[in-house]
Amino acid sequence: MSDLAAPERTASAAPAARPKEPPQPRLSRKHREWLAAALFLLPDCIGLLVFVGIPMVLSVVLSFFQVSGFGSYEWVGLGNYERMLGDPLFWDSMKITGIYVLVLVPVLFVVSLGLGLLVKQNLPGVSIFRTIFFLPYVISLVVVGLLWKFMLDEQIGVVNKAFRSVGLEGESWLGDPDIALYSIIAVFIWVMMGYYMIIFLAGLQEIPREYYEAARIDGAGPWTQFRTITWPLLRPTSFFVLLMSTVAAITGGFELVFVLTEGGPANSTSLAIFYIYQQAFVFGEYGYSAAMGTALVLAMVLVSGVIFKITKGGRFDDGD
Amino acid sequence: MATETRFAPARVTRMSAGRRGRIGLTVLGTVLAAVAFFPVLWMITSAFKTRDTVTDGKLIPDEFTVQNFVYVFTEVPFVRYLLNSFFISAVITVVALLLHSMAAYALARLRFPGRETLFMTIFSTLLITAPVVLIPLFLVVRELGMLDSYAGLIIPAIFNAFGIFLLRQFYLGLPRELEEAAIVDGCGHWRVYWSIVLPLSRPILSALAIFFFLANWNSFLWPLVSTTNPDLTVVQVGIASFQSQYGSNWNYVLAAAAVAAAPMLVLFFSFQKQITESIKTSGLK
Repeated sequence: MSDLAAPERTASAAPAARPKEPPQPRLSRKHREWLAAALFLLPDCIGLLVFVGIPMVLSVVLSFFQVSGFGSYEWVGLGNYERMLGDPLFWDSMKITGIYVLVLVPVLFVVSLGLGLLVKQNLPGVSIFRTIFFLPYVISLVVVGLLWKFMLDEQIGVVNKAFRSVGLEGESWLGDPDIALYSIIAVFIWVMMGYYMIIFLAGLQEIPREYYEAARIDGAGPWTQFRTITWPLLRPTSFFVLLMSTVAAITGGFELVFVLTEGGPANSTSLAIFYIYQQAFVFGEYGYSAAMGTALVLAMVLVSGVIFKITKGGRFDDGD
Repeated sequence: MATETRFAPARVTRMSAGRRGRIGLTVLGTVLAAVAFFPVLWMITSAFKTRDTVTDGKLIPDEFTVQNFVYVFTEVPFVRYLLNSFFISAVITVVALLLHSMAAYALARLRFPGRETLFMTIFSTLLITAPVVLIPLFLVVRELGMLDSYAGLIIPAIFNAFGIFLLRQFYLGLPRELEEAAIVDGCGHWRVYWSIVLPLSRPILSALAIFFFLANWNSFLWPLVSTTNPDLTVVQVGIASFQSQYGSNWNYVLAAAAVAAAPMLVLFFSFQKQITESIKTSGLK
């Protein structure tokens, strides 16, 4: 590296004498670069360490303690995990999270891919469509929750008013334990579909136009084009969407549950993340919550790994 | 379209089929967009209805009233909520952009031992989403004595790998010549960063600024658990508790919700292009 620096210095010395040399007599250029890198990285690295790294390690450590509200820690070994395994509400919350993820992720995938394909077309007003589909994403989940709570209300909500105006009964969208979770999923899809639509759109626009033109000349219809060109070439994007939406689904959804149902009716919408929140901040069971949080992270890592394996990391099948 | 019309009459049947398909798709798009847009429109018009007409199921209010907004701003310290959210989001955005671009520049351009390992370590924290480490983070912030303070609302929210990652990708794509010329001229690394790299990164910084501001304006869970002091209430927590108090008065609740959403809608309509472009980059790289 010092070999590299030498010719540059002579080159720069040519036009004018360099009075700047003396101030750094001891540090070589290489070491100055190291020092600069350290100073540039220090604030962010300390912050990430304190507010992300330590909490991550601590969440495992904490799970072996019983923590009282006022900061006394008592070692309980695997006690929290034993309690977790024997807690029916924990298992319910994991089951609810499982259903939530298994329904939400595929439906969101299909809806946003569909929208991506639609807004990729050369249609009149297509930029307005893009704007509108994306719009819900910028609204906070609390506002979204309040709005849909109003719209889905059994008595006064506009959704049931619409049902009644065509002679149907309507449903207790948020009050029926068999329906409430699906209502939350539907609202979440409304919020997120535009975001993933944009990502799909970006992926679709990367596919060279010539492929489609060649296929059209060969007489391929839209479905054949989708199956033989779009789908295989979209793999990296599909992988990204699948992974991101799964992670978001496992650990997200808190605000909607908090505002729309508070985990009810009959705990039917008590997602794991909501149950963990309740145990920690309503009942002060920090250690127990940390144990459940660790279990949730473990589940997330497992699921991500499985997705990675199945989709081969979204790479194309070209032998590597 | 233009290229297709240039083809000779032999293609006429194909073309009209294509046009029919396009009309069908336009109709489909219009219907879907109308359905997707309806809730937002419903919130806005309902916020202008009176207590008696808010549940009448009509899209256009029979009588317009701004009384709901007056009520919201006079009955609860809503201005305070808005200012809190604005202050917190703005500070987080500015500080985060500065620190992340510094770190990203070092990761993209400066040569030092362990650079790739450090980058992968930072990158891997992307998988740790905030709610998962919520409890230990709460306890760390409590140990630091920052609960119930602006510091506690701001500092933990600054650090995330997402911004570092996107900025690094951007810096990798910048041409090196300018920086190298500056270094040859005897500029220190800070000067190069501050007067060359930072001005060059204006497009991505403005896109990320919108993103950070939006995310922090909308954030709810951390302010909810880390503050109890009513002076520190942010707008999202404010409207959630407003709803639990005034739950049946939907005209007030929706007016409050509309006010909370308004800045983000304005931001979105002003910077739509930057927002969608930055999402596209995050998905591709």
